[in-house]
Amino acid sequence: MTPARYLAGRVLRAVFVVWAAFTLAFAALRLLPGDPVALMLSGRGGFDTLSPRDIARAKAELGLDRPLPVQYGHALLDALHGDLGASLQTGQPVTRMIADALPSTLALGGTALALALTAGSALAVSAHLAVSPAVRQLLRSLPAFAVSLPSFAVGLLLIQLLSVRWHLFPSLGGTGVAGLVLPACTLAIPGAALVAQVLGKSLHTVLREPYADTVRATGAGRARLLLGHGLRNAAIPAVTVVGLLVGYLIGGAVVVETVFSRPGMGRITQAAVATQDLPVVQGVVVLASFVFAVVNLGVDLLYPVLDPRIRATGRLVTS
Amino acid sequence: MSGHGTAPGAVADRTPADDAPVSSGFGAVAGRRLRGVRGATLRHVPRSPGAVLSVLVLLLVLGWAVAPEWFTGQSPTAGTPAERFRPPSGAHLFGTDQLGRDVYARVVHGASLSLRATVVAIAVALVVGILLGLAAGSFGRWADAVIMRLVEVMLSVPPVLLSLTIVAAIGFGTVQVAVAVGVTSVAAFARVMRAEVLRVRTAGYVEATMLLGSRWWRVLFRYVLPAAVGPVLALAALDFGLVVLAIASLSFLGYGEPPPAPEWGALVADGRNYLATAWWLTTLPSLVVTAVVLAANRLSRILETRGERP
Repeated sequence: MTPARYLAGRVLRAVFVVWAAFTLAFAALRLLPGDPVALMLSGRGGFDTLSPRDIARAKAELGLDRPLPVQYGHALLDALHGDLGASLQTGQPVTRMIADALPSTLALGGTALALALTAGSALAVSAHLAVSPAVRQLLRSLPAFAVSLPSFAVGLLLIQLLSVRWHLFPSLGGTGVAGLVLPACTLAIPGAALVAQVLGKSLHTVLREPYADTVRATGAGRARLLLGHGLRNAAIPAVTVVGLLVGYLIGGAVVVETVFSRPGMGRITQAAVATQDLPVVQGVVVLASFVFAVVNLGVDLLYPVLDPRIRATGRLVTS
Repeated sequence: MSGHGTAPGAVADRTPADDAPVSSGFGAVAGRRLRGVRGATLRHVPRSPGAVLSVLVLLLVLGWAVAPEWFTGQSPTAGTPAERFRPPSGAHLFGTDQLGRDVYARVVHGASLSLRATVVAIAVALVVGILLGLAAGSFGRWADAVIMRLVEVMLSVPPVLLSLTIVAAIGFGTVQVAVAVGVTSVAAFARVMRAEVLRVRTAGYVEATMLLGSRWWRVLFRYVLPAAVGPVLALAALDFGLVVLAIASLSFLGYGEPPPAPEWGALVADGRNYLATAWWLTTLPSLVVTAVVLAANRLSRILETRGERP
C-alpha cells in the first residue's frame, strides 16, 4: 500500500464519519417524537396563549414545514458553510455560542489530557518497576479502581475538602489557573486510569519478546530495559489511547463543567439537552465527532511515522 | 483503531476468546461460555475478600430494590420540617435533607429506580445489538455493509454525547435515560455478535440443517442464535458497572425522573446546593453509587480473568 493511498483512505474515513454523525443527529432529532417548536415557544412565553396559526407561522419561519429531505439538504449545505443554525432558546447562532465556549473547554480538556498522559504513564511504568510484590499489586489494581469512580462524586468530594473546608482553591465558577486545577484533576482521573491500563498491558507484552531477553542477557537492569527499550515499543499501540481519551474528555467535560459550574462546551450541552434545544445539540455532536475524527486521523497518520513495520505493510503489526 | 467508543475501561476491546472449535456440535460454544461464567462466580468468589464484599454490596442493593420497606421504616418523600439538615445519627443513618426527609430512606427507595434503569439499558443493548449483529452476519453483502457502517458511526460519537442526543430527542425519565445509555453499548455488542455469527454460520451442523430443508429464519433463531450469543452475554455482564455509572451521571445532570423521585444521581445533584452546610447530602449517596460500581466492576474483572484462562 502506497503512503498516498493510506492517507487518502484515512481522510475519506474521517470525512465519512463526520457526515454520518451529522446525518444521524439530524435523523435522531427530527424523527423521534417531540415538537421543537412547541418547546421553543413555551420557552419564550406563555404557550397556552398561542393559536395553532401562530405555531404554523413559527414553523414556516424556521423552515420546519418543508419536507424532511429538503430540510436535510438545506441543513447540510448550511453546515458546509459553517452555519449550524440558531439556538431555539436564545436565537443566537450555534457557531457563535460554540466559538465563545470553546476556549474555556479547550483549556480544561488540554490540561486534563496532559495530566492523564503523564500520570497514567508514570503509574504504568512504576507498576512495572516496583520491587515489592505488595506495592506492585496495589499499583496494578489502582487503574481499575479509578475507572469505577463517578466523576461527579470525585469533583464534589474535592470541592468539599479542598475548597469548602481548607479554602485551597475557589469552589465554583473559578477562573484562571487556580480555578482550573480541581476540574482538570477530576476530568483526568479516569483518563489516567485508561492510559495506565493500556500502557501497562502493552509493556507486559513487549517485555516478553525475545529482544527483551537479549537486553537482559547483556546485564541491563530492569529500569534500563524498561525505559531504554520497552517503553518506546510499548508506546506504539498505546498511541491509540489518545484518540480514545479525547472522546472520553469531550463527554466527561459535560459532567465536570456542571459540577464546577464552569462555563464551556459541556455546560452549553447540558443546558441544550435540558431545554431540548435541538440545533445546539446537533451542533455540539457534529463538532465533537469532527474533533474525534481529526484526532483519530492524526493517530492513524502517526503510526507509520513511529513504526517502520507499518510503513512497509500499511497495517498495524501486533506481535 | 479498533472500535472503542465507550468510556475508559470499557469492554469494547475485551472480545472474548474466539478460538473454540465450532464443529463439536450445536450449542457447544454457548454452553461452554455460559458454564465458564457461572463456574467463575461460584468457584472464585469465596476466595478473595474483595469479591465477597462485592457480592454482599450487590446483594444488599438488590434487597433495597426488591423490598425497601425491610430496610427502612421512613418515607422517602414525606419530610418532617422540624428535622431539617440533621447530620447522620442513629435515627437518620444518612442524615436528613432540606425538607427533613431521611436521606437513607431516599437512597434505599432509589435503588429500584437505578437497578430498573440498569436492567432496561442492558436489555436494550442486548436485543438491538444481537439483532443487528445477527442480520449483519447472516444476510451478508449490503445489509452487512450498511449495518457495520452504522456501527462505525455510533462508535465515532463519544458515548456521553450519543446518550445526550437521544435524551434530547426522546425526553426525560428513568426509562428514557436507560434507553439512551443502552444505545451506547449497541455498537460493541453488534460487532461481537456479527463475528460470532460469521464463525457459527460455516459450522457443519448449520449447513446440514439448511440442506435438510429448514427455513432460513428457523436456522437462524433455532441454531445460529443460541450458538453465537454466549460471548455477547459475557460482554453484557462486564458492562454492568459502567451502565450503573452512566445512568447515575445522566440522572445527576437532571435528565431522570422529575424531583420527588429519589434517583441516586439526582440525590447528589440536589445536595450540591448545600455543599458547605450539609456534607452528607452529596457524600453519602455518592459513596453508595461508587460502592455499587466498584463491586460490579470487581466481579466483572473476575469473570474476565476467568474467561482468559479456559
